[in-house]
Amino acid sequence: MTSSRDTVFASVRRALGVTSQEAPRRQEADGRLAGHPRGLVPARAQLPAAARLALFKDMVVAAAASIDHLPSADDVPGAVASYLRGRNLPPTILRGGDARLAALPWHREPNLDVWIGPSDGRQLAGLSHAFAGVAESGTLVMLSGPDNPSTLNLLPDHHLVVLDAADVAGDYESVWTRIRERFGPGVMPRTVNWITGPSRSADIEQTLLLGAHGPRSLHVLLVGGA
Amino acid sequence: MSVEITSPRFKDNAKRALADGPLQAALSKVGPGFIGKRTAAADKLPEFDALRDSARDIKDHTLAHLDLYLERFEEKVKAAGGHVHFAVDAADARDIVTKICRDLGARTVTKGKSMISEEIGLNDHLSAAGIEPVETDLGEYLIQIRGEAPSHIIAPAIHLNKEQVEEDFRRVHTHLAPERNLSEPTALLAEARGELRQKFLVADVGITGANFLVAETGTSIIVTNEGNGDLTQTLPKAHIVLASLEKLVPTLEDVSQLLRVLARSATGQEMSVYTTFSTGPRRPGDPDGPGEYHVVILDNGRSGMLGGPLKEMLRCIRCGACMNHCPVYHAVGGHAYGWVYPGPMGSVLTPALIGIEKGANLPNASTFCGRCEEVCPVRIPLPKLMRHWREKEFERHLTPAPQRYGLAVWGFFARRGWLYRPATGLAMTLLSVLGRKKGRFAALPLAGGWTGHRDFPAPEGGTFQAQWRAQRAARNTRHANRDAKKDARP
Ligand code: SF4
Repeated sequence: MTSSRDTVFASVRRALGVTSQEAPRRQEADGRLAGHPRGLVPARAQLPAAARLALFKDMVVAAAASIDHLPSADDVPGAVASYLRGRNLPPTILRGGDARLAALPWHREPNLDVWIGPSDGRQLAGLSHAFAGVAESGTLVMLSGPDNPSTLNLLPDHHLVVLDAADVAGDYESVWTRIRERFGPGVMPRTVNWITGPSRSADIEQTLLLGAHGPRSLHVLLVGGA
Repeated sequence: MSVEITSPRFKDNAKRALADGPLQAALSKVGPGFIGKRTAAADKLPEFDALRDSARDIKDHTLAHLDLYLERFEEKVKAAGGHVHFAVDAADARDIVTKICRDLGARTVTKGKSMISEEIGLNDHLSAAGIEPVETDLGEYLIQIRGEAPSHIIAPAIHLNKEQVEEDFRRVHTHLAPERNLSEPTALLAEARGELRQKFLVADVGITGANFLVAETGTSIIVTNEGNGDLTQTLPKAHIVLASLEKLVPTLEDVSQLLRVLARSATGQEMSVYTTFSTGPRRPGDPDGPGEYHVVILDNGRSGMLGGPLKEMLRCIRCGACMNHCPVYHAVGGHAYGWVYPGPMGSVLTPALIGIEKGANLPNASTFCGRCEEVCPVRIPLPKLMRHWREKEFERHLTPAPQRYGLAVWGFFARRGWLYRPATGLAMTLLSVLGRKKGRFAALPLAGGWTGHRDFPAPEGGTFQAQWRAQRAARNTRHANRDAKKDARP
């Protein structure tokens, strides 16, 4: 019996008039997969460092997120506490086990309750560490892994994200390069989330409303490079 | 949700749509809502048109090497611990999904928006198998509780108003206080969020579509604004991805090019809120994520299009721009098209997938104004492809006699350009004078099939060709496919 797989492949090959064994075709496809050529990268994605950071901040705000630019990582606990206070939220936050978050001076905010683990949907605020930012669209790049639960990006009403200014790239392509360096060619973490602003829907009469299923608010804590 | 095909009754559907007041009110917002946003986003990125060329070329390259990229994709998914299933047709795909759900003892399935799911009629099938499907995209949820099909590929409930939504929520969410206030969209959204949160947390399996599949890494990608797709795939025991085979792209760099044009073309955003790249199931040590990862790759007639005259249609990235800019879609809405894919892309794709016998009316649901091709991010020559179907239909004598006669007359003039231009020029001048009072014609000789259901817009002076020439002169810096445009005449 022919499997569905065989039927589909046979049909594709027939339509293309190929056998899949043609060497030049294979070389072309393999070459593209191995070389992953960059296509057209917009000029705005290729700015020098200071302008890149400025663009990133503008684009984050344009996507309806908010941003704090902090001089150093040591300022993060204070910024988290003041964010929660400013929105009348309880002084409680859930974070992943990420070493960079663990190393922050949480003791400076004795009133802040910091929990560690994935979200089960009952927490109002979650804190993650981004792998990268992309200036051209104000996008955060989050990687899943033992220390970075994906649920933190999605379930809390308020998502706070720490991002090192040094990790703000101009374009998406530079982030792929870094991911290949970290994980090896052709290998991806289980989930890469690009996040550009808080969750929204325009499904009722095309009225744009924030907070559809994911966080109602997205707040970026950009660290260093000021 | 019914998958009954009503495309053969397009004219009746259209007639009903034109007489439907609330629908017309909803449709009147489609153009103003989407067109300006897309234009603004395109204008903000000087490279936008060049990126469209790049997007087109990537898709063409992928389709020409589809066998090889499919092989690599399958290999990489397996290497990441996932499974790939190929489905020849809709029944095949439904069986594969049902079996995965049964093997896991699934009772509830949450679903991210998937047009492939609509195409294969998955929800009815799952329900019949005793598995409850819950749509989680707000628009999909709205139409699911109404038992309707989507009327737009990215805004499935665009035909509804908030009063209808309130009525449905009161009818379905009977466990909530009857005196609650649902007059504002924010209240409706909050209620849907609360209801669906519960569903996310108890679902056994999550099913999403895929905007793209990446061969290089074995990754599936979904693009959403709500975050429902992410919750759908992260929380349950298994994530099933439904994708058709043309969703493939070679590399992460290639998909980045396509993502730069997708959101801008669809909603005018620089980037959608959530673009999620999923590769395999939960890894050792991961605190969350699905235990199993399955990709179902559906053919359902697409491979047959690969080498033929409709192959360019397989570049489509389902942005919805063609319907957002289509005067026919604006007039009749998505349901009139009678199946899952409306607008210009549906007029080309539907006959290819369900057969020209059933879809014959759709390629005629066009004014051939060319706006769809003008905005398509992967530059699909939609008018040309619709004309292909018209010719096919004509050859097969599926066309009603009066229309054949009309086309023959048109053909006579069209083949004699020197006659055609003055003749239509004259007719247009005449029509524009006649129609000036009303701006619309209720009846038009030789076009009864058209004006029987809607008024023919009165020409604002000059033929399409003349207007086109004038526009071209004004914008001679922009490169456009003049030949395709000329071809686009009916
Ligand atoms: S045909 Fe083009 S414009 Fe229409 S949905 Fe597809 S990609 Fe978008």
